[in-house]
Amino acid sequence: MQSTTQRRTEPDTPPLPPRPSASLRRIPDSDFGYDQARHLLWRAGFGGNSSQIRALSTMGVENAVALLVDPSRSAAPSPVASDRFDANIMQPPTAEEVRRYREAQRTQNEDLIAQFRLRRQQQQRSDRRQVADLQRWWLERMIETPRPLEEKMTLFWHGHFASGYRKVENSYHLFQQNQLFRANATGNFGNLLAGIIRDPAMLGYLDNQLNRRAAPNENLAREIMELFALGEGNYSESDIKEGARALTGYAFQGNDFVFRQNLHDTGSKRLFGRSGNFDGEDFVKIILSQRACSEFIAKKLYEFFVSFVPSDRRDPAYDPIVSVIRQLARTLVQNEYDLAPVLTQLFQSEHFYEQRFIADQIKSPVQLVVGAVRSLNTPVRDLGILNDALTLMGQQLFEPPSVAGWSGGRSWINTSTLFVRQNIMTFLLTGRTPSGYDPLADVERHNASQLLDDLAQVQPGADRDAKQVASYLARFTLGPNPNPDRLRVLHEFVESTGSRVTPDTVTGMLALITAMPEYQLC
Amino acid sequence: MSDLHNSKAWTRRQFLHTGLMMTSATMTIPLFLQRSASAMSLQAAGRRSVPGVPDENVLVVIQLAGGNDGLNTVVPFGDANYYRARPGIAIPEQQVLRLGSDHEVGLHPAMTGLNELYDAGLLSVVQGVGYPNPNRSHFASMDIWQTANTGGVGDGWLGRFFDNQCAGSPEADARMQSGQCGEIGIALGREAPLAMQGRQIKPIAFESPDLFRWVGADLHESLEDGYHDLTGMRAHKEGKPPATNHHAGSNAEFLTRTALDAQVASEKIRSAVARGTGANYPNTGLGRQLAMISAMIHAGLETRVYYATMGGFDTHAGQGGPQGQHANLIRQFSDAVKAFYDDLGATGHDQRVLTMSFSEFGRRVSQNGSNGTDHGTAAPMFLAGPMVRPGLLGNHPSLTDLDNGDLKFNLDFRSVYAGLLQDWLKADDREILKGSFRPARVVSSR
Repeated sequence: MQSTTQRRTEPDTPPLPPRPSASLRRIPDSDFGYDQARHLLWRAGFGGNSSQIRALSTMGVENAVALLVDPSRSAAPSPVASDRFDANIMQPPTAEEVRRYREAQRTQNEDLIAQFRLRRQQQQRSDRRQVADLQRWWLERMIETPRPLEEKMTLFWHGHFASGYRKVENSYHLFQQNQLFRANATGNFGNLLAGIIRDPAMLGYLDNQLNRRAAPNENLAREIMELFALGEGNYSESDIKEGARALTGYAFQGNDFVFRQNLHDTGSKRLFGRSGNFDGEDFVKIILSQRACSEFIAKKLYEFFVSFVPSDRRDPAYDPIVSVIRQLARTLVQNEYDLAPVLTQLFQSEHFYEQRFIADQIKSPVQLVVGAVRSLNTPVRDLGILNDALTLMGQQLFEPPSVAGWSGGRSWINTSTLFVRQNIMTFLLTGRTPSGYDPLADVERHNASQLLDDLAQVQPGADRDAKQVASYLARFTLGPNPNPDRLRVLHEFVESTGSRVTPDTVTGMLALITAMPEYQLC
Repeated sequence: MSDLHNSKAWTRRQFLHTGLMMTSATMTIPLFLQRSASAMSLQAAGRRSVPGVPDENVLVVIQLAGGNDGLNTVVPFGDANYYRARPGIAIPEQQVLRLGSDHEVGLHPAMTGLNELYDAGLLSVVQGVGYPNPNRSHFASMDIWQTANTGGVGDGWLGRFFDNQCAGSPEADARMQSGQCGEIGIALGREAPLAMQGRQIKPIAFESPDLFRWVGADLHESLEDGYHDLTGMRAHKEGKPPATNHHAGSNAEFLTRTALDAQVASEKIRSAVARGTGANYPNTGLGRQLAMISAMIHAGLETRVYYATMGGFDTHAGQGGPQGQHANLIRQFSDAVKAFYDDLGATGHDQRVLTMSFSEFGRRVSQNGSNGTDHGTAAPMFLAGPMVRPGLLGNHPSLTDLDNGDLKFNLDFRSVYAGLLQDWLKADDREILKGSFRPARVVSSR
């Protein structure tokens, strides 16, 4: 078993990737300190500021993890006002309106047709404005939440049960779906799956409105099996066909789920070797009972929170990772798909804190932006600009590229997105955009005093030594073993500005650090 | 796939099957460091550093976003139905710029620029281009044109060209090794269009070169120096290996490599655009984009495809006829392309640059109740350059045999793509388009 504080013995040669332990035993409190708390906050949330890291580092791993996983241990986020979003924004036409439109078409009443078209266009325009509002609302919520894991899991479910606005074309439905994810964020996966087959956004996205006895549509059934619950190879085409039949009639009217009895196929279906007059709820139960389900979900959670499974089986991490995923799958089953126990097990484990995984995950665009504000306490400045940047970086909220969600990992990074990532950091730290200072953006100065105070507490006087401040900031932002060459560059910068600790020089240090390639990792 | 139901989410299955979980080995793009400055100037002199690599022809794509009204662009003045359908916005016959004496179509009067190119044998007007089961939604139809897939799903057609050029063959490997793949596609605009997104190769995208760099360098000179150092540029320019010692295949190493590629590309592009070509361009959005493209071509960038965009073509109301909204748009397009080819001629690059324009659909034959036009279907494409088959190609769509008030297409746009891929970009059109489309002979064999 590898100690998590082991140093590399040969700093000059590239170290071999250490083989991580496959142990899900709880890490001893003596091994859970600053670096581990920092890692936990980055993975089980969007990073922590220096006070939060310090606080968690002294409370023991059980309490630290419980603080994140158990919603009752933190303040409730501010409730969403019932009229925060317009529920009627994409009100379908009434029967009378439909009748009048058909009449206008038949009589070729150009004026009336144009009026209808105009009204529809206006409705769509309002809806597009509302989805942009929804994006900014969620971004702000992630930035401010006292329950970062809840929001991070909401984001996870959004990428997992993907639905995109371009197809759904109803911002309120997407809001409802988002609330569904939030309500079940660290709850029960079974409940979530049962909820998603009644969710108007998902039913619209996967065409289940069209799924009826006389003409089944397999889209929802297929994606549930392939992408949401079981994974390829763990079902047959026949299961899909029969699953689609079970889901017939699951539709929506306005903003509500509606079960259309007359469209539902009540006949006997054969699913995974079982027969019965299955409906959608039965379908979900049968899926959950498949062994592949717990393994599939365990793997998705693992890849989101820890690391991708190596594609090369000879990679020393391959076996331990596969073993851990299997153990997590068992925990899921033992707890009937309650998520809190498996997340707790993972976040407390020795495996989770292995050196290999620390500062090794490429941040998603959301992780980068939200993480920067939360960990560095930068001002938000302009939600619109931040939201815009997310799109440029490839992660537009409520618009995943496909039903498979976002690929993540290295797909976030190319020469263009890298500049956007660096520049959005500079914007957060200084208010400066590539075209100068945005007059409408908040030009509030970033205040790094919390960081300096934290340093002063653990090392009195160090907060006045520029080099020590630089090293402290590097460890805070980049992790326990910042690359020596990066430290050299940082120290040279410090010297070139007279080795003083001033708000400007500290901002400069952070600007340089956040422009480092390694800053893209957490 | 057993079910061909036309649903975005459904038909994305094919896209999914090729493995979306990017793990370290598969996603590594070994975009090697650029060659030294001397090798780059060899390139500018037109000499290949990698023997056996095919001719570096360049394609410039101009996207006219919103649905350009084809009927008022290439005007069928000889057809009375045209005037009957558009009493308020049709172009009077005497104002149409004739395309040769025996054609019954001509150009909108604002297109004097393209008309000159036409007279010089540098313009191809391809009529009636569209696709089956036309989609009249901006997003959906644009996706269709950009993916060359009637389901609108998958990677971009040009992205697939980039992937094809950069992996899977000895020539591709050579190209990758020489560093060409890092800048093989450049899109001007905030976001790279889907058309340019490959599975492995992504284009460089920027609105202006100022935005394609780290803005923190402006804060303080020492920051600029530090950044220069940490991106690896200092070591690179001194011919030294990178100073960081991340282990091979790690995310940190991948990020470090990408950071250097980005910085190299950024410096190259910014210096190219700053130098310019000295030519005059109209001070319009498209004019500025084409000026930048010309500068980059002139500076010897090894880019194969450039992408420019112009919006505003969704003329539902008050479109205007010989003057007005549409006229202004089409004038901007025409003048910019004329200036582009004047410039390319002067700098000597015109022989290797082919420009293609398209829009996601044309517009309906009859005008609507607001003196505008609504979303339609088939429309013309323009191809410019000394290498194109000049003149009017294809047949004008019938104005009487309509599809619910819309023009029926005569030529599938993927045939145009196939012709360009095969005859101009010298690439495997069938593999790239994932299907067999008879290549339109738009590139002259002279």
